[in-house]
Order: sequence, then C-alpha cells, then structure tokens
Amino acid sequence: MKQILLGNEAVARGAFEAGVKVISSYPGTPSTEITESAAAFERIHCEWATNEKVGMEVAIGASIRGARAMSCMKHVGVNVAADPLFTASYIGVSGGLVVVAADDPGMHSSQNEQDSRHYARAAKVPMLEPSDSKECKEFAIKAFELSEKYDTPVMLRLHTRVSHSRSLVELCEPRDITVKPYEKNVGKYVMMPGMAIKRHVEVEKRMIATANDSSDFPTEIGLHKEIIGSPDLGIITSGAAYNYVREALPEASVLKLGMIWPLPEALIRSFAAKVKRLVVVEELDPFFEKEIAAMGIHCEGKSLFSLNGEYSTDMIRAALSDDPTPEKAIDPSALPAAPGRPPVMCAGCPHKGLFMALSRMKVQVTGDIGCYTLGALPPTSAMDACVCMGASIGMAHGFDKATDGMDSGKTVAVIGDSTFLHSGITNLLNAVYNRSNITVIILDNSITGMTGHQQNASTGFDIRLAPAPAVNLEKLCESVGVTSIRTFDPVDTALAQTVIKEEINKTGVSVIIARRPCALIPSGKGNKNEVTRVNKDICTACGQCIRIMCPALTAGDDKKPVIDPETCNSCGLCINVCKFGALSKGGVS
Amino acid sequence: MTTPNEIDLKEYLDNGKILSVVLAGVGGQGTLIAGKLLGIVAMKLGMDVKVSEVHGMSQRGGSVITYVRMGKEVFSPIIDPGTADYCLVFEALESIRWASLLKAEGTMIISSQQIKPLPVLLGKEAYPTEICGQLQKASAGHARIIEVDAITAALSTGSAKAVNMVMLGALSVFTHIPLQIWEDSIEEAFSTKPKLVPMNRKAFQLGRDLVQ
Repeated sequence: MKQILLGNEAVARGAFEAGVKVISSYPGTPSTEITESAAAFERIHCEWATNEKVGMEVAIGASIRGARAMSCMKHVGVNVAADPLFTASYIGVSGGLVVVAADDPGMHSSQNEQDSRHYARAAKVPMLEPSDSKECKEFAIKAFELSEKYDTPVMLRLHTRVSHSRSLVELCEPRDITVKPYEKNVGKYVMMPGMAIKRHVEVEKRMIATANDSSDFPTEIGLHKEIIGSPDLGIITSGAAYNYVREALPEASVLKLGMIWPLPEALIRSFAAKVKRLVVVEELDPFFEKEIAAMGIHCEGKSLFSLNGEYSTDMIRAALSDDPTPEKAIDPSALPAAPGRPPVMCAGCPHKGLFMALSRMKVQVTGDIGCYTLGALPPTSAMDACVCMGASIGMAHGFDKATDGMDSGKTVAVIGDSTFLHSGITNLLNAVYNRSNITVIILDNSITGMTGHQQNASTGFDIRLAPAPAVNLEKLCESVGVTSIRTFDPVDTALAQTVIKEEINKTGVSVIIARRPCALIPSGKGNKNEVTRVNKDICTACGQCIRIMCPALTAGDDKKPVIDPETCNSCGLCINVCKFGALSKGGVS
Repeated sequence: MTTPNEIDLKEYLDNGKILSVVLAGVGGQGTLIAGKLLGIVAMKLGMDVKVSEVHGMSQRGGSVITYVRMGKEVFSPIIDPGTADYCLVFEALESIRWASLLKAEGTMIISSQQIKPLPVLLGKEAYPTEICGQLQKASAGHARIIEVDAITAALSTGSAKAVNMVMLGALSVFTHIPLQIWEDSIEEAFSTKPKLVPMNRKAFQLGRDLVQ
C-alpha cells in the first residue's frame, strides 16, 4: 500500500518496519515529527528525553542490551550528544543503533547551519543520506542492517527539505521486534584505556571495510545511484541537492551518494573516469569536494556554489547549464515592496507580559532557545544574547564575574521550562556554587512550545499523553542551593517589574518562575466569555495596548483598539496595560 | 492559455511535465492541510508528487508557503521563480511577496482577506492598496490574476478555517481534475475527523461558485 508521508514520518515508518524497540529523543526542528509519529506505533517504546545526550545514552543502553534503538535530533542537538556518540563508535552495537541528525541549511528554524557530515567523519561512523520520503523509509531500515553488519552506530542525515516534504512511500510488513540475549562483554562495552585501545583498532578496520564495500553498494543494496547521461558533465551529489540537480541538468551524468561517509572511493574513481568535467554539488561545506580532491581526482565545487544557505534548481541551472531562466508572469520590480511578516508572540502568549516588563526596566537579558527568543525583536527588543540551549544562565554568571558583580543588578537570564530541564540545571548549580549574584527567570509555560508542543519532565504527561511524574521546579531550584525563589503570573506586568526589581537587588542567585500555560495548549485556553471588551467612550487612543502587538488587537481608523474575538485568548494583558480602564473582560462591546 | 484540462492531465503524466501549485498565506490559515489534500489528489491521479512545507514559525503569524508538484516523476519539492502553474494566495498582501513564482502563462487566485503584519500595525509600513490591479499591471498580460472573497464564503459554512477548501474549490475549476477525485480526497484528508467532511465539501463547492 502506498501512502504520502512526510520525510520524518517515513523515517519513523522505516524504524517501525525494521523492528526498532526503543526511541529516545529531544524535540528539535526539523527532526521532531520522527519520534512524534513513531509514538503512534504502540509496540515501540518512545520517549522525550530531557536532552539529546540523554536520548543518545538511552539508545546506546538499549542497543547494548540487544534491542534495535534510535535517537533523533536536530543538527545542533548532535553537539549535545557528541560525547556519547564518539565513544559509542568504539563500543559498536548489539542491537542496531541509529542516530538521526536533521540539518537545516537556510536556517528555517535554527541558530546556525552546521554540517553534520563532519560528525560522521570525526566520530568514525557510517552516515546515510536520503533525498525523499521513499528513501527515508528505506535508508532507515538499511541503517539498522548496516549497524549490525559492521558493528557500529549509523547516522542518518536529514535536511529540512527532506524532513518536511511529503512524497509517496510503499508500506511493508514490519519485522518482529527481537531483543538478543544479553552477553556481558567488558572488552567491548567498558571503555577504559586498556579496552578502548583495542576497540580503536577495530573501529579503523571497520571503516576501511565499510568504505571498500560501499563501492559495491549500488548493486548490492541500492544505496548509491549512478545515472549515466552525457559524458560532458558529471555531478556528484546527495540528499536534497540531488533533486535540484536532476531538475536543472536532466542530461548530465549523476552519481548520487546514499552512504555519504565513508566515501566509496572506487565508485567515485570509476564515475570520474566516465565524464569530461566533474562537479560536486553539495550544500554547506565542501565535504565531498575536499575528500575527492584528496583522492587525487580533479573536481569543481565551491568555486561555483555558495557555502551558505539552501541551493535551488535555478542556482544549479545558472551555474552549469545554458538553458534560459523560466519566464516570470509578473515583474516583481514593478510591484511595491511587501511589508515583512516577522513571527510574533501569539495572542495570550505568557512571554509577552514578561518581556514587556523587561523592556520597560531596560535590563540586560541573556536569552535562550525557544519561542521567547522572539523577545529580542520589536516591540520589546529585550534580549542581549542568545547562543544555545541552556546558555542564558552561564552567560549571566559570566556578566556577573566579568564586572565583579557590578552588572548583576541589571542583568537577568531568561530560560524556558523545557530548556531549563535540558541543560539549565547544571548551569544553575554552577552559578550557586561559584557564588554568583544573578537572577534567573524560568518561563514556565508547561510545554515545549517552539517545536510544536511536546511534553517534558515538568508537564505531567509523557509523549503519548499518559500521566507522568512532573518535576517541581521550585523544589528543584531549592535543592541546588537557590535561596530566593518566587513564582508569579507574568500577565501582571506591574507585579513582574516589582518582583524582578527586588530579586536583582538581592545578593546570591535568585530564581523567578513566571508561570502561565502556553495559549495554544488546552490548559492555556482562555474563557471565551471573557474576551476583552473595549469602551470607546473612555478610550483616549493613547496606543499603549496597540504596542503590545497582540495578534487579536488592532487599531481601528480612530486609532482605538479593535478586538478580534476569534483570536483573543482572554489573557487580560491589554487590560493590565490600559491606564484609563477602557478595556475589560466580558465580550465584545 | 495552457490550462491543464483532462487531456492535458494525461500529458502531465506521460510527457514528464510537472504541475506546480503554490499555497501561500499566513500561519494558521490552513495551507498545510490544503497541500496535504493536493498530495492525495495527485496520488489518486496516479501521479508522483512532492509537497514541501515549512514548519516551526507557522503558528506564530509568519508568512508561510507550501509547494505542491505533481507529474510522472518529480524530483525537487521546491517551486522556483517563474515555474508555478497556479498560485493560491490566502491573504492579499502575500500575493506581492510570492508574485515572482508565477510562470508567464500561470494563474493566480487571491483571497481578498487582509491580515495586517506587525510593521503595518506599528504604522511603520503601509498595507499595499489595489493589489490585484497592481499585479495585473506588472504582468506581461499572459497571466490570469483573479481575486475572490474566500473568507466570506468560508464564514458562511461556519468557520474561517474552511478558507483553504474555498481556495481549492476555486482552483478545481481551472484544473478540470475530475470532481469525484476531489471529493474522495476531501473525505480521505479528513478521515480522522469525519464530522468536518460536510463543511469542507460545502466550502469547496462555494469556492467553485466564486470563479464559475
């Protein structure tokens, strides 16, 4: 039976058909839907881990114990999981172990556009890269098979355009889940120098064997694809870029690599010998290009294409073909500029009130990863730095130490509940231990919001929405030694300002928990009978409520607010900011 | 005008031509579901298909775009400038943002609904006026640019969310894909929420009425 599946759904389907037993992941765009859709298969243990390192370690344990296991993450998640990954490479597997890394060229929803292929080379593990949903499923299955065949974790590299594109997939019967009998093997599973020295030798042997066998893969297991067209131009490519190449250059010869590390040297040599001009088309870094050049094969690549962003059919056509650019119906230069549509915090978003308070107080804000990073943009513009998951607390501590405490009275760290649990706890402990004077605001909206509402260890539900133990954030902070802990509802911006002011003036580490559920989850939905009502007789059109930039509130022709009752979430933030009492709860006027 | 009618559809299947449809709008307008439905339509026509979505920012009021490409064999999931046969634009201003995607003899259907973006709300930029007229002026004259009041039609079925089916209904008039395929696809797209099928069917029909 054929179905139209998202690339991520197809990876989950492949893992299911391959008999995966355990999937442990942390959400991250564009990888999130893999674990989410795998959770629909009841026989798989699926879970949201507290971070990628934890997810990877759970999968390693399941593999050692004999089950097929997988951990999925976005590209930057691999940085977090890199420590276990590098040594898992030495240990190898018992049950197949697959690590999915979803790259985001063009940074649709990421803080950098790092190229995960370097991890496969550095950790010495094979890496596969599919180009559509059909291959997502097939390569996921092959990744498990290769993992067991070569006794190694196998990475599956995805790309936003593969993860988030739908195409046709043939569904097959799943393999039974088998868990191999446990065998204690200290020499293989306990990595101390004496054992690791021997395992490293095995790793190098394995990579040579994989590389040699890889050249036979096109016929043997269908990973690489060689299309012999015109001898004038040969392209070596993989993944999403392969699709643009085939559209732009239908005549060209193409070697599409399915296993992108280690490289099939014999296959590349034989392909290069068949064409007059060899060009590597790869997004981001010149990874293949440099490896192929090191084989002594002349090729072109980054002299023609960018190191930045996504490629397109147009871009490849312009660089390598005489075909004309398609004729547009409309000349865009004859049109007015379209005003931008930057993402805004939703109607009823609990972060909005807090960032308004921070904006008014003109404090320095070290930020973190989540919806609330939007606080850096207008209208609040209340963020000074944002690096990676968990960094806000460490950076605030750095501000404190760099100024001998001079900046601590005007610096706060903001971090979401899921991000705090991901990698904020150790940072908070460090700040307490090293006698910091910082104030940390945990934005507890009871969900992992940015990635599309996943549960976490503080929400009280697991990935399948079954009740689960919920960590108490106040007690957690208390246990690492924080002495001042306050909790409030950030919709009250005046209270927020008072609390923040009091806490930043205290010595020691303070934690403020701004608690209000995300407006898009059931517990955050407001009472529809309490949507904001405007009393136009009292309103002075001062514009204060307009400036909160709520999608439910726009200015009418008279500059007075107009509430869209469909969108209004009855949070009351606009009512709180009105100095004239012109806004109230209770329906449209 | 090369509008794929039933005969042309066969040509798309056999001659390697690709039918490209852009769905552009603002987060929350249902472009993702419309894209998914077009994918089902393609599958029922026996075509290969790719649907590309952008997640992440879609719920936060950002500009969103979904690409659907169908034919005998489809490689790229992306629609490049000057290659879209149809642009379905769910919000008036977005038609300007994505105008360059439309191919010379393509068709653009614009919902007249306006959702003002942040810079306009802040008074820093103006919402463009007479959008349809400006697009027509900027086109070489081969393209068809049609404005429809999709939101009023959607609201008459009981929900603004049905605007995506109104837009697909309008599109269906131009593609001449057999009506039965559309109806079966709507049923399949909402198979997990069958209660929504009648409303979406009605919205689809209203969309057809708007352009017929």
